[in-house]
Amino acid sequence: MAGPNDNTITDESLFSDEFLRQLIAVGEVDLLVGIPSLNNANTIGHVVQAVHLGFAKYFPRDRTVLLNADGGSKDGTEEAVTSVSLGDPHRMLAPQLLRTMHRVTTRYRGAAGRGNALRTILAAAELLRAKACAIISPDLLSIRPEWIDNLLRPVYKEQYDLVTPLYRRQKFDGLLISNLVYPLMRAAYGLRVREPLAGDFAFSGKLASYLLERGISPEDASPYGVGIWVVTKAIRGGLRLGQSFLGPRIRASKDSTQDVVSMIRGVVGDLFRCLEAEESLWLDASGSQPVASFGFSYDVILEPVRVNRKRLIQMFRNGVTELQDILKTILGEETFGSVREMADPSRERLHFPDELWVKTVYDFASAFHRSVLNREHMMQALIPIFRGRVASFTLERHSADDNELEAAIEDLCLAYERLKPYWIERWNLSR
Amino acid sequence: MTELIMHRLTGTLENLLGVAADFLPKVLAMLIVVALGWVIALAVKAALKRILTMLKFDAFSADSGVSQTLRKTGLPSPSELLARIAFWVIWVCFMVLGLGVLGIVEFQQEIASFFQFVPHIFIALLILFIGILAANFFSRAALLAAVNADLPTPRLLSGSVRLLILILTVTMALEQIGLARNTVLLAFSITFGAVMLGLAIAFGLGGQHAARRLLEKYTVEREREKEEDISPL
Repeated sequence: MAGPNDNTITDESLFSDEFLRQLIAVGEVDLLVGIPSLNNANTIGHVVQAVHLGFAKYFPRDRTVLLNADGGSKDGTEEAVTSVSLGDPHRMLAPQLLRTMHRVTTRYRGAAGRGNALRTILAAAELLRAKACAIISPDLLSIRPEWIDNLLRPVYKEQYDLVTPLYRRQKFDGLLISNLVYPLMRAAYGLRVREPLAGDFAFSGKLASYLLERGISPEDASPYGVGIWVVTKAIRGGLRLGQSFLGPRIRASKDSTQDVVSMIRGVVGDLFRCLEAEESLWLDASGSQPVASFGFSYDVILEPVRVNRKRLIQMFRNGVTELQDILKTILGEETFGSVREMADPSRERLHFPDELWVKTVYDFASAFHRSVLNREHMMQALIPIFRGRVASFTLERHSADDNELEAAIEDLCLAYERLKPYWIERWNLSR
Repeated sequence: MTELIMHRLTGTLENLLGVAADFLPKVLAMLIVVALGWVIALAVKAALKRILTMLKFDAFSADSGVSQTLRKTGLPSPSELLARIAFWVIWVCFMVLGLGVLGIVEFQQEIASFFQFVPHIFIALLILFIGILAANFFSRAALLAAVNADLPTPRLLSGSVRLLILILTVTMALEQIGLARNTVLLAFSITFGAVMLGLAIAFGLGGQHAARRLLEKYTVEREREKEEDISPL
C-alpha cells in the first residue's frame, strides 16, 4: 500500500531543475507560505512583505520559506517577488532575524489555475518536510503580518491539520457563501466551517501528503473548486479542522469575482460535484458541530455592499417566468409552485422564506445528482432564483446590524439541517 | 362440340391448378419470411431496448431535452421509440423480401430500389434525431444565457435558434433521402435569406430608435448597474 511519502518522487516531476535546485538549497523547513499568482505585480510585493514580517515577528527561530508559484505572468510578477526589500526590521517592530528567510519563485507546470499552483505548493511542502503551510492570495490589500501567525500557529503548535479563515466582511458581501455554500456544507458534513471556499488557509504537512495522495482532478482544479475540495478531503480524512480570525479581507482585483453568473456556475457546480463524490460521508450525518476558532475577533466599520434590489427582483421575476419549463423539471412540484407564485409580478412585496430557499437548493443539488438536465444548464437556471433570494434577504435585513445578520444566517443554517431528510429523499429518487 | 368445351375447360382447370401449385408454395414461403421477420424484429427490438437502457440512453436524452419534447408530443421514451423504429424497419424489410419470394417480375426492380433506399432512410432518421438533440440543447442554452444577461425577449431568441437548427436538419435529412433536392435547397436558401433580410430591414429601418435604446441600455446603463451588482463571494 502506498504511504503518504511515496508520492514524493512522482511529484518531483512537477518541478523544473532550477526549482528543484532552489528547494534543495533551502533544505528542510518548519513553515512554508505559498502564494499562487498570475499577473499580480502591483500587489504581490505588499503580500510578500507582510508574510516575511509575519515570519520575523512570530516565528524568528523557525526555518521558513516563502514560495511563489506563478502561472506565467507577463507583468513582471516574479521580479516583483524577488525584488521585495524588507527594510529595517527594527523599524517594522520585528526582532532581529535569527535565521535566513528563504524566498523561492517558480513557474508551475500545466495550465494557469489554482489547482496546479496548489499541487506545486503541496509537493514542495512535502519535499521540504514543512510542518505547517499556508496559502495566501496575491492580491490582498488588507493582509497584515498577524495573519501569518493566526493561520500557521494552530497548525504548527496546536496540531490542527486545516485552518480556514474567518473574515470580517462588508454587510451583504459573500451572500452566496452565507446563503448556500456554508449552510449546505454544514448540513452535509456536520461541521461549521464558516469560510469553506478558503481563499487563504493553513494546513499541516500531513494534510499536504494526504491531498497529494488523492490527486487533484481537472474539476478540483477549477478556480472555485480548490477550496471546497481541500475542506471536503480534510473532513473525509478525519483530520482536525480549525478556523482563525483574520479581520477584513480586501482584494485589489475585481476580476471574475464580480461576475455572478460565472461565479454561481463555478462555485455551486464544484460544490455539488464534491457532494456527489463524497455522498457516503454525509448521507447519514445529522446536526452540526462547531469548529475550534482562534484569533481575536474585532469589529470593523465597513461600508455595506450596494445592492440594486429593484433590478434583482425584476431579473428574478423575468427569469422564473421565462424558465418555467426548465424549473419544473428541476424543482419538486410544491417548491416550483411556491417559487412561481412568489415571482408573480402582481405581488407587491418579495418575500423568499428560508425554508423555500433551502428546499430549492436541495432540489437543485438532487437534480444535479440525478442529471435530470444538462448540469451546466441547471446551474444557470439557479441564477435567477438566487437573485430573488438575495433581493429578499437584503430587503428584509436592510437595517440589521452584524449580530442580527449573523443570527439570520444561523437560523438559515438550522433550516438546512432540519430539512436534510427532505434532501436525502430527493437525492435518492430514482433517475 | 361438348367434347371440345370439356377439353378446353379441363385444360384451363389444369393450367389453373398448375399455376396454383406453383404459386401456393411461394405464398407459403412469403408468409414464413414475414413471420420470421416479425420474430427477428421483435428480438432486435427487445435487445436494442435492453442495450439502450444499459447505456442510460433515456437519461442522456433527458439531459438534452429530447425526452421532454417527445413527452409533449405524446411519443414514448427515446429508447422505446428507437426500438419501435428498428422493429418496423426490420419487419418492413422482411415483408419486402417476402414479396420478392413471390417471383413477380414487376416487383423485383422495386424491391431492389427499396433496399438501396433503406440506408438513406436510416441516415436521414439519424440526422433528424441529432438535429432535434442539438436544437433542444442550443435553444435551451440560448434561453438561459439570454435570461441571465437580462436580454429582452429571450424566448424569441431561443425559438429562433431552435427553428434555424431544425430547418437545417430537415433540409439535410430530405437531401439525404434525395427528395426534391434542388427544391429543398432552394426553399431553405430563400427562407433563410428572407428571414435575415427581414430582420435586417426591421432592425435597421423600422427599429433604429429601438436599436439605439437597446444598445445604450447595454453599454452605458449596464456599466452603471454593474457597480451595484451583488458580491456573492
